[in-house]
Amino acid sequence: MHKLPSASLALALLAPLGAWAQATAEPTSEIQLLRQEISSMRAAYEARLQAMEQRLLLAEKAAAPTPAQTASPPPAATTTAGGGANAFNPAISLILSGGYIRSSRDPATYAISGFALPTGAEAGPGTRGLSLAESELGLSASIDPWLRGVANIAMHPDNSVSVEEAFIETTALGHGLSLKAGRYLSGVGYLNAQHAHNWDFADSPLAYQAMLGTQYGDDGLQLRWLAPTDQYLELGAELGRGRSFPGSDAARNGAGMRTLSAHTGGDLGDSHSWRAGLSLLSAKAAEQELSLPDATGSVSTQRFSGNTRVWLLDGVWKWAPNGNATRTSFKLQGEYLRSTRDGSLGDDSGSAARAYRLAQSGWYLQGVYQFMPQWRLGLRTERLQPGTPDYSLDTGGYQPRKNSLMLDFNPSEFSRIRLQWAQDRSRPGPADRQLWLQYQMSLGAHGAHSY
Amino acid sequence: MAPTAIDESFTYTEHTMIHRNTALAMLATPLLLWALPAQAALRVFACEPEWGALAQELGGNLVEVAVATSALQDPHQIQAKPSLIARARNADLVVCTGAELEIGWLPLLLQQSGNAKVQAGQIGNFAAADVVRKLDVPGQLDRSQGDVHAAGNPHIQTDPRNIALVATALGARLAQVDPAHASQYAQRLSDFSQRWQQAIGRWNAQAAPLRGTAVVSQHKAFVYLYDWLGLKEVAVLEPKPGVEPTASHLQGVLASLKSTPARMSLHAAYQDPKPSQWLSQNAGVPTVKIAFTVGGTEGAKDLFGLFDDTITRLLAAGTRP
Repeated sequence: MHKLPSASLALALLAPLGAWAQATAEPTSEIQLLRQEISSMRAAYEARLQAMEQRLLLAEKAAAPTPAQTASPPPAATTTAGGGANAFNPAISLILSGGYIRSSRDPATYAISGFALPTGAEAGPGTRGLSLAESELGLSASIDPWLRGVANIAMHPDNSVSVEEAFIETTALGHGLSLKAGRYLSGVGYLNAQHAHNWDFADSPLAYQAMLGTQYGDDGLQLRWLAPTDQYLELGAELGRGRSFPGSDAARNGAGMRTLSAHTGGDLGDSHSWRAGLSLLSAKAAEQELSLPDATGSVSTQRFSGNTRVWLLDGVWKWAPNGNATRTSFKLQGEYLRSTRDGSLGDDSGSAARAYRLAQSGWYLQGVYQFMPQWRLGLRTERLQPGTPDYSLDTGGYQPRKNSLMLDFNPSEFSRIRLQWAQDRSRPGPADRQLWLQYQMSLGAHGAHSY
Repeated sequence: MAPTAIDESFTYTEHTMIHRNTALAMLATPLLLWALPAQAALRVFACEPEWGALAQELGGNLVEVAVATSALQDPHQIQAKPSLIARARNADLVVCTGAELEIGWLPLLLQQSGNAKVQAGQIGNFAAADVVRKLDVPGQLDRSQGDVHAAGNPHIQTDPRNIALVATALGARLAQVDPAHASQYAQRLSDFSQRWQQAIGRWNAQAAPLRGTAVVSQHKAFVYLYDWLGLKEVAVLEPKPGVEPTASHLQGVLASLKSTPARMSLHAAYQDPKPSQWLSQNAGVPTVKIAFTVGGTEGAKDLFGLFDDTITRLLAAGTRP
């Protein structure tokens, strides 16, 4: 708009110049040249003026819906994105985590009584003393109008790096369908698909440690379908390699892991919401090395070949006054897992493999209460039922159990400091008293919060 | 004989098929009946009540509006809960503020919805903040400054001139998404715009005495309101955007008000009134609850009521001796 007066000013200044050129009327080639120059300049200015007038008209149309405008609105903003070579860089987020762990019993002898875990499995509170915890680098971006990609690289305190997730996902299938391919955390249960830094307690429940290898992630395909109803209903199916416990990574042409899951949920008034689900994970294992602690505490290694089915029943209920969780809120969450393993168990002694058939189960129930802004208090209780194993694992009906108490302080949405106490009776003998003091911080891209 | 056998088998198959079709129809009928009314109207999913109300004004009975949040909820802190995912799944048009206000939940909601129509960049995805001039655009982006929004302050709905701009763009978008009713949307838009401009004129006249009034805000949520009415923000109770007011910061505000006194302190309906009330008790600055969006107060029943109520409340506090 401001350019208009300045353009007319320029024209006005040029006009006498033209008049002067005509007045001196000397038929020299120089004057003709000048005339040509001036007329071409005039034409150029006229063209620019017309263009400006058109733009002005358009701008007026956009800014003024009706002539009866009493107040002049601010001019419409144009959304401009930053340019340059880094303009299409993916969103980057970094989770920094670390802390202090204290336990009254040696973590090296940690075992969940009655449950055969794969050798080298991550179970128990973790390393004692001050330590870095798993830090995570996340990258995500749209690939094209139809796909997006996500990678989460976990950096472990022992200086090793692992690919926690690396997947592509469709965004434009429509009809409520989404297809994911690559490495991802399985959508079974409630806690499984959540990253460790989103958990409400420092460690995962015993049932997850004993039956899903802490958290089940796999390489494969996931298809989800959301029903076109106002009641939330999502069905999911996965096919995977079966690369981790309860599966075992073996190169086979078929799928080593299959899951089916159904989740539903909704609101109850403004203040309550819930979600519940049922999932089934089945995995194949071949020559899976298991550590079997017996009643005396000595550990033998045996190999399991066969199929495992894990049923998961999950439920979460959230409350916040009028749905505003800024001040106070409450979250109740529980899951029941039942695992059946059917196959054979053998050792390196050369004796024939024995049939191995076992049904085990476990559950946890936890409540987290935000009693004032930034502060939350949580309580979790857990039980495991090892079943009646027909081999040396028999522990005389000992049922592992654990109670945990958590207090966390969240200075902002991006930072959390947590104190957690636990009384862990997952092995016979005196309770293992565990204490965590940890920090979890999020840098960079704002991660969205899953329900 | 072979032909008879074939005939018989045909008849048999036909019978089963008829039975199967009958069964399917019996199953499908209630499903269809229940799905039909929903199909009739354009389904609009509004992130905040003000855009829900605007879509209703511009769409009338051509649209079916579902609003994700209420005026009593903090639009920054919403979770992608199952009911919202289900509604986003069925939406034809998602109308949100944008400018990163919903960044903590909307991207996840859209991802999980499996709805291609409403993904970012599609015509079924409308961001109101894209069509207005934004204030408070930070020069430096660093979280040490609190919960700052890179695109500028997202609380654009507190200025009715912004609502007018968004209405124009939203009216055009509705016509684009539902071209069969384009002329009706155009008609409703011109009708709304006319009534809205008249209302702005009325509000401008009513609020004239407020020009230049010094105010305190609890959250930097009213910059557009101040820009419109010429109010002057002399202090903010939150030490940084999105950070809860602390005792020491409140003491600092109290001290600063001695040299630059304020007429009133504003907080949105969804916010905890305690910090404002504390200031009211200790500095005698009256507290004003602003509806902030449709439904925030008794009077803010629709978009017109929202500004009627806001100005009434501001005048009540501002003209007090």
